[in-house]
Amino acid sequence: MKRVPAPPEQQPDSFAFTPENLAVAKQHIAKYPPRRQASAVMPLLDLAQRQQQNWLPRAAMDAVADMLEMPRIRVYEVATFYTMYNLAPVGEHFVQVCTTTPCWLRGSEDVVGACKSKLGIDFGETTADGKFTLIEVECLGACVNAPMMQINDDYYEDLTAESASAVLEALAKGEKPKVGPQNGRRASEPAGGPTTLHAYTGDN
Amino acid sequence: MLRDEDRIFTNLYGTLDWGLAGARKRGDWDGTKAILELGPDAIVDVIKASGLRGRGGAGFPTGLKWSFMPKESDGKPTYLVVNADEGEPGTCKDREMMRHDPHKLVEGCLIAGFAMRASAAYIYIRGEFHLEANHLEAAVAEAYDAGLIGPNACGSGYAFDVFVHRGAGAYICGEETALIESLEGKKGQPRLKPPFPAGVGVWGRPTTVNNVESIAVAPTIMRRGADWFAGLGRANNTGTKVFCISGHVEHPCNVEEEMSIPLRELIEKHAGGVRGGWDNLLAIIPGGSSVPMLPKSICDDVLMDFDSLRDVKSGLGTAAVIVMDKSTDLVRAIARLAKFYTHESCGQCTPCREGTGWMWRVMERLVRGEADVAEIDMLLEVSYQIEGHTICALGDAAAWPIQGLMRHFRPEVEARIMERKNKQPAAA
Repeated sequence: MKRVPAPPEQQPDSFAFTPENLAVAKQHIAKYPPRRQASAVMPLLDLAQRQQQNWLPRAAMDAVADMLEMPRIRVYEVATFYTMYNLAPVGEHFVQVCTTTPCWLRGSEDVVGACKSKLGIDFGETTADGKFTLIEVECLGACVNAPMMQINDDYYEDLTAESASAVLEALAKGEKPKVGPQNGRRASEPAGGPTTLHAYTGDN
Repeated sequence: MLRDEDRIFTNLYGTLDWGLAGARKRGDWDGTKAILELGPDAIVDVIKASGLRGRGGAGFPTGLKWSFMPKESDGKPTYLVVNADEGEPGTCKDREMMRHDPHKLVEGCLIAGFAMRASAAYIYIRGEFHLEANHLEAAVAEAYDAGLIGPNACGSGYAFDVFVHRGAGAYICGEETALIESLEGKKGQPRLKPPFPAGVGVWGRPTTVNNVESIAVAPTIMRRGADWFAGLGRANNTGTKVFCISGHVEHPCNVEEEMSIPLRELIEKHAGGVRGGWDNLLAIIPGGSSVPMLPKSICDDVLMDFDSLRDVKSGLGTAAVIVMDKSTDLVRAIARLAKFYTHESCGQCTPCREGTGWMWRVMERLVRGEADVAEIDMLLEVSYQIEGHTICALGDAAAWPIQGLMRHFRPEVEARIMERKNKQPAAA
């Protein structure tokens, strides 16, 4: 997806952290040594994005720059370098489908096809009701549970075309679908049942 | 096969409580104070004797790395940085350790940090790992509350802090100097070495960057002894290792096994075998997307360790085994990796910034056979021009998969070109 900042007419005039988030921001800054507050730029941009419906307006970058006493250009550099910062508005459910080789080998093309037809949009697009944005993403590090997608903070793994559609359907209805593997697996154990750690499966 | 009693990550699959109470039942934080009382040099000696080599890909001896940190304090802080920016395609082991066994990592931070006389640890976790970071932060908070870390860690009198720092989506930050830049609040663009991080690292202070697994196994090595760890695997390739088996196997999985296990045994014992049987195997990428692939003939008897895989011109890397059966279009599989490296190049060095995209575009044409056979040599030539000519290893990592494909499957790539040529009507 091309990462183009939202046009001026979509950009809010100002941004300020809520009192709750301001407190969280100060906790982040406190993690780093004195005068090294610039290290908090990534957590603060993330915090701002979460406050701003999952996208990062320029006013928020400026607010973070001022708060950390950084030149604004340094914050723009960070915001545009890292792919998790959305520079323009996205849908309520931000759907990222992994298509890197390990997911592709396990059928990510079917998952992509199911998402596109279910939502009626292509990569980089948002549904007319503003509920879903769909993008292709590089490896998300859940390769033994491939294929997978991430929606907002949650991983949905071991997908098929059907289960991917079902997840989207549930979200469209306002339900909370089960996060994680969609085929009955618990985590990254072999689907046929664990081959190791038999003595460690109950509550110890 | 490794016995369950010799497995370090007994909650790899998350069947048990990942919190402090559960971790303590599994033996974590047991006698940590006594370990610290051995003193930093004795701890480094145990890790050296265990033969532990870095689990992030390069396989550098961990104890030796720790020993590069300054022995005499100048009164200013030094740091342990844990590389939890797991993103090498095929690799998903650190994720399991952090969401299911986070206390192993937190305790490892204290022991490793103490051994290198560091004042704090920063765990840099990829931003997409939201749940994993939450578990890790909760584990850190539990450890502070219990006095295990903080101003008087485990009652040892040693002050040690642990912080979790979330990334925001950049594969390159898995490179240690890019990670340091990122931790300082900048774009993740690698630094030239020297100076090495042990001399000049984060905020200009001596720093050691270690993979999650390297740190998380340290407490168990200290408790069970160097001889126990060194007795597993082969000489120079010791211990246990968490393998990630993905792709065309019956049951993809993570599993902790003995280092040097034969690749075939690993797949057949734990992943239910190759889809359609071993004879249906075409090729395997044995150590994450950056290492060259191996054809079945080599996979038949190769051992999964640093030296065996280096001897067959590949590498153990992160021990992420990507299996491809005979239905696989290998050219497409590698073209997709070429796209990955194009996407993830930080743009700093020209050979990588321009070369990764150039190689990807040629690979896409090779997928369709739209090329001349001579272009294969040109592609390889360009890959050699990228390899070794960039600040960090991402350029190498982009070149190797293509070189591996051509080393073992060049006739197939040529056949595709010829097939397309033969289908075209002869020029009038």
